[in-house]
Amino acid sequence: MRCCGNTVPDANAPLALIAGSAQQRCLHMLNTAAQHAGLRVGMRLTAAHALLPDFAMVEYDPQAQAHWQNFLAAWAYRHSSLVSAQWPGCIVMEMRASFRLLGPWAEIEARLRAELDALGFSHRIALAPTPRAALVLAGVRDGWALLQVDALAEQLDRVPVRQACLPDNVGERLQRMGIRDLRTLRALPRDSLRRRFGLPLLVHLDHLYGQIDDPLSYYTPPDHFDSRIDLGCEVKNHTALLFPLRRLIVDLCTYLSIRDGGVQRFLLRLEHDEGHTDMDVGLLAAERESALLFELTRQRLERVKISRPVLAVRLIARELPPFVPAARDLFEGRAQQSLPWPQLRERLRARLGDDAVYRVSPADDPRPERAWRRVDGDELRIGAAPARPPRPLWLLAQPEPLRDREPRIISGPERLESGWWDGEDVRRDYYVLETTQGQRVWAFVAAGERSGWMVHGWFA
Amino acid sequence: MTAIAIDTLLAARTLWHAGRSAVRIADGEPTGYAALDNLLPQRGWPRRALTELLLPADGVGELALLMPTLARLTQAGGTVAVIAPPYLPYAPAWQRAGVDLAALEIIKAAPADALWAFEQCLRSGACVAVLGWPQQADASALRRLQVAADSGDCLGFALRDSKHAANPSAAALRMEYAGNPRGGAWHVRKCRGGPAPAQSFAVVA
Repeated sequence: MRCCGNTVPDANAPLALIAGSAQQRCLHMLNTAAQHAGLRVGMRLTAAHALLPDFAMVEYDPQAQAHWQNFLAAWAYRHSSLVSAQWPGCIVMEMRASFRLLGPWAEIEARLRAELDALGFSHRIALAPTPRAALVLAGVRDGWALLQVDALAEQLDRVPVRQACLPDNVGERLQRMGIRDLRTLRALPRDSLRRRFGLPLLVHLDHLYGQIDDPLSYYTPPDHFDSRIDLGCEVKNHTALLFPLRRLIVDLCTYLSIRDGGVQRFLLRLEHDEGHTDMDVGLLAAERESALLFELTRQRLERVKISRPVLAVRLIARELPPFVPAARDLFEGRAQQSLPWPQLRERLRARLGDDAVYRVSPADDPRPERAWRRVDGDELRIGAAPARPPRPLWLLAQPEPLRDREPRIISGPERLESGWWDGEDVRRDYYVLETTQGQRVWAFVAAGERSGWMVHGWFA
Repeated sequence: MTAIAIDTLLAARTLWHAGRSAVRIADGEPTGYAALDNLLPQRGWPRRALTELLLPADGVGELALLMPTLARLTQAGGTVAVIAPPYLPYAPAWQRAGVDLAALEIIKAAPADALWAFEQCLRSGACVAVLGWPQQADASALRRLQVAADSGDCLGFALRDSKHAANPSAAALRMEYAGNPRGGAWHVRKCRGGPAPAQSFAVVA
């Protein structure tokens, strides 16, 4: 199976990938429109311009190609457990084991094509009993499916030598010698072939016909996601960043669903001319819903001040915990369009700050200001507080002096004397008071005193 | 022009007979106080609606009024959100009042964002009850909150200063606390679905 892919701005305009040194620019790859115009791969750029003055040129970037090949290998990994990206411009998948799971080949092929189209890759697909045969057949005719092992040799024999992906330029040389197809080639004595063209040709033929095993290095999915989009121009406002951001997040979610994982923390890096601005996105629970992740990231991005022009956006996710979809009650009585709490929580955190949503839990310390603590995670059980005299529902963050001159004492004192171990020891007598307005106050005085009331809470 | 049968309006309690107590449909959320339930037309907090509590000062017993409801809702597993509370909700006391703290979410927000957070929580449908302190909210903001509570099927509680009592409000129920040296009481200022009852209600500790 072979997928030659590159992302093309406009599929119908002539387009060429340009490679080579500055003095020797030549065409590396062409689309159909460019080929119709007479351009050929390997042609010098000046010659190409003489034939067709106006065609789109994209710098051939081997790194980008490797990147996209890797991306496609990750994509292919969800259709097959044995995927190889060993050959440039090509993804090899072992499909036989997937037939039982995914259905007959026609269905699988249709699905592969639909997904590749959706991802924006032009492609050629072929099915054959050996990986190398699939590579060759895809080059000869798109959509060739060869299911019978016996028919392989017969079909391959008809393949022209130039299209048989022979090593180096052997195909071209054979063609010039008058050896047109593989049948003629195979009829030649092996010894003389080896002497003239070297061992690799024979090994290639044996691999192609399945006469010896063809060991491929198989793809193993990486355990982190790192993708980058070059904006191609200087961007100074948020709106222009949203489109690349959406693409990055959709890619991330594709990747997550392949791994059956989720993302809990990722980094969005806005790259400037010099240096970069990092934006951390942290969630309390693993998620992989692209709409949700996009909305959250957008809200966070809108709060980031873009002081310098942005040239590229990069998304890095290193922690990819397993994703557990939230269990929903089948007979849940809530409204249909209701948002689950984890999503609402992330929306609130995105706008209000990472520490804005929390729960409270009692703690063991007898000092009132330490008898509670924040709970930030998803703890399900909250321990019970030790039994103590009545406590107010509102606690003041800082005790305040009581304005009332003559409060009525309702109960007390309760002496709290504690904290000698950490240097913040307190020695206070707590009383429940009632003010003249009828408010119930939890107030303290220094041990043994009866004046200088400090309000610490309200019995609201 | 569409005609709406008067029965529909009466049934929806958007219209009621003056001087005659409407047909009482007890579909409110019980407050936990039988005396208060008897005062209210729905026999409890109005569902899918905003309830406004008007306070002369913080700490006059507004939480004690809500505690039985919050305790019951959280113990049933519903999420209760508290938006930008003026003080720290003191965990040991809330737990002692029966609230399951695992279902109580505190949301810290600046005054400018608190109204947004209040509306989000009401509208989302993720919470069964939301408490907020919208001090700067005007009539249109309260109407937004009321609509949000309706679409999110949520009990909204807006705790505000008594000085807002004279201002119009879209809340389905408005109760004001009036204190006196012998103890204060809650007066119903407005309730949807019937005339405001003359009696007041006091929480007896």
